[in-house]
Amino acid sequence: MTLTLDEVRHIALLARLSLTPEEEQRFQQQLSSILEHASRLSQVDTTAIPPTASVLPLQARLRADSPRPTSNHARILANAPDTDGDCFRIPPVFDAEP
Amino acid sequence: MSRLTDLTLLQAASGLRAGEFSARELTQDHFDRIAALDAVLHAYLALTPELAMAQAEAADQRLTRARRSGSNSLPALLGLPIAVKDVLCLEGVPTTCGSRILEGFLPPYTATAVQRLLDQGAVVLGKVNTDEFAMGSSTENSAFGVTHNPWNLNRVPGGSSGGAAAAVAAQLCLAALATDTGGSVRQPAAFCGVTGLKPSYGRVSRYGLIAYGSSLDCIGAMARSAEDLLPVFLGMAGYDPLDSTSLEEGLPAIDLEGDLQGLRIGVPREYFIEGIHAEVERGVRQAVETLVALGAEATPISLPHTDLALPVYYVIAPAEASANLARYDGIRFGPRLGEHELLDQYLQTRGRLFGPEVKRRIMLGTYALSAGYYDAYYGQAQKVRTLIKRDFEAAFEQVDLIACPVAPTTAFAIGAHGDDPLAMYLEDVFTLPANLAGVPGMAFPVGRDSEGLPIGMQLMAPALGEARLFQATHAYQQATHWHEERPPQ
Repeated sequence: MTLTLDEVRHIALLARLSLTPEEEQRFQQQLSSILEHASRLSQVDTTAIPPTASVLPLQARLRADSPRPTSNHARILANAPDTDGDCFRIPPVFDAEP
Repeated sequence: MSRLTDLTLLQAASGLRAGEFSARELTQDHFDRIAALDAVLHAYLALTPELAMAQAEAADQRLTRARRSGSNSLPALLGLPIAVKDVLCLEGVPTTCGSRILEGFLPPYTATAVQRLLDQGAVVLGKVNTDEFAMGSSTENSAFGVTHNPWNLNRVPGGSSGGAAAAVAAQLCLAALATDTGGSVRQPAAFCGVTGLKPSYGRVSRYGLIAYGSSLDCIGAMARSAEDLLPVFLGMAGYDPLDSTSLEEGLPAIDLEGDLQGLRIGVPREYFIEGIHAEVERGVRQAVETLVALGAEATPISLPHTDLALPVYYVIAPAEASANLARYDGIRFGPRLGEHELLDQYLQTRGRLFGPEVKRRIMLGTYALSAGYYDAYYGQAQKVRTLIKRDFEAAFEQVDLIACPVAPTTAFAIGAHGDDPLAMYLEDVFTLPANLAGVPGMAFPVGRDSEGLPIGMQLMAPALGEARLFQATHAYQQATHWHEERPPQ
């Protein structure tokens, strides 16, 4: 199992991580060896074995939808690097008007 | 008189109740010891002296009122100083997860587990070091510097809860809250010679725990003995409507003095493999003999899929981490890097502020979940996880507890695994299975190696079987002295 440099760059973009050229090289080698180790899993016969997503019995837990105090609004906003009134501020996600 | 930091948690509790010293004195003695030793150990990332002294003052008032009125219905942890791993939120106190990406973050609320201990009167001294986002086995991945093992400063304390283990071992707190996703309570407890519990999955609410691998994460604790650990566990466990994975089953009363007569202990052959340190194997086998001398019966057992736990874990945990860590986008908390464009801000903030191990796991998880690879990696890993879980279900038909090493070696040297992630992952080989199966595990010291480093043993019980873990560990500690040994000053 060997990842190409292009695959490493593609995964990094999907994961929204900028990597330096040295990091790309190092991760190519390290991720390949970890995936090589993980490829042992493909040799296990799992016919008719159900997946375990959680060790708990999966069931929807319902509770009464009643109002209760929430976290401190001002404290939540104070953690943000950029705010405008009661909003988080980010750069425009659509192209500016011509 | 000996220093107050020499007391065990239970001794400190009874000294406070008897009025031999105040909670303020006890708290101040801990801060004095931290000031003397922690510049070298680096267990704490942040201290909370004002908060702690206010809590101690409130505890003293309550103790005085109780003495006057002759009341003895005081909460179990009243006035007792503890530390909290820096992945658990405490309102208004910096919480970093050992990462630059959360630098400056002040949580707007307190984690349920922490709040319950505060409600029991505990005094929080500060936040302790962790591998970044709890990803690691040595605390070397913290963005804020490595913690040193109090038994030998050139050794790691284990990880990811290395700050908690070092602080408990060096008597910089009486107990610590920590977390365990693949061994992060048990392995550092073993490396530092303290007693650490990973409870059953769902036993302790994770509301306010910053998530890593959600199907694996458990909040546990460490102290210097099982009897010291018990009130901490009882104080934080139990149903919480704010965590949909917290179990509704009530906690049983745990009688530490339970008898080991007839207790069946399984010794899994797959945990005594090539590569295990001979002194670790000898220490663990001797400890099993001690439990047998106390009335237990030991039987060899098999957990045949043990060697698959490592590849299963290193697919599932990174996959869950890649989803959980998508929230660090520089918009709602933490610093924001990059210029003008949103995509550039995401790439720069995450690429430059996450450390190498976190980036490695996010990429591994992103790959394992990506189109075309999902079935081969994530889907297959979840099926093999079922086989590992069934191993434990079959074993617990025959035995009440499983005894094995916590890690293949004692504490290794700082820098030993350099830039070899797979070598580091192998440190977790004996602790990962309990997380995959959701069963509880206890680690505690059972000897020292020829270099004087603690050797740890792990006991595992069926889900919700914490009482058995406490009874067996306590019985062992009543018969031996290893848990009373302290690192050199």
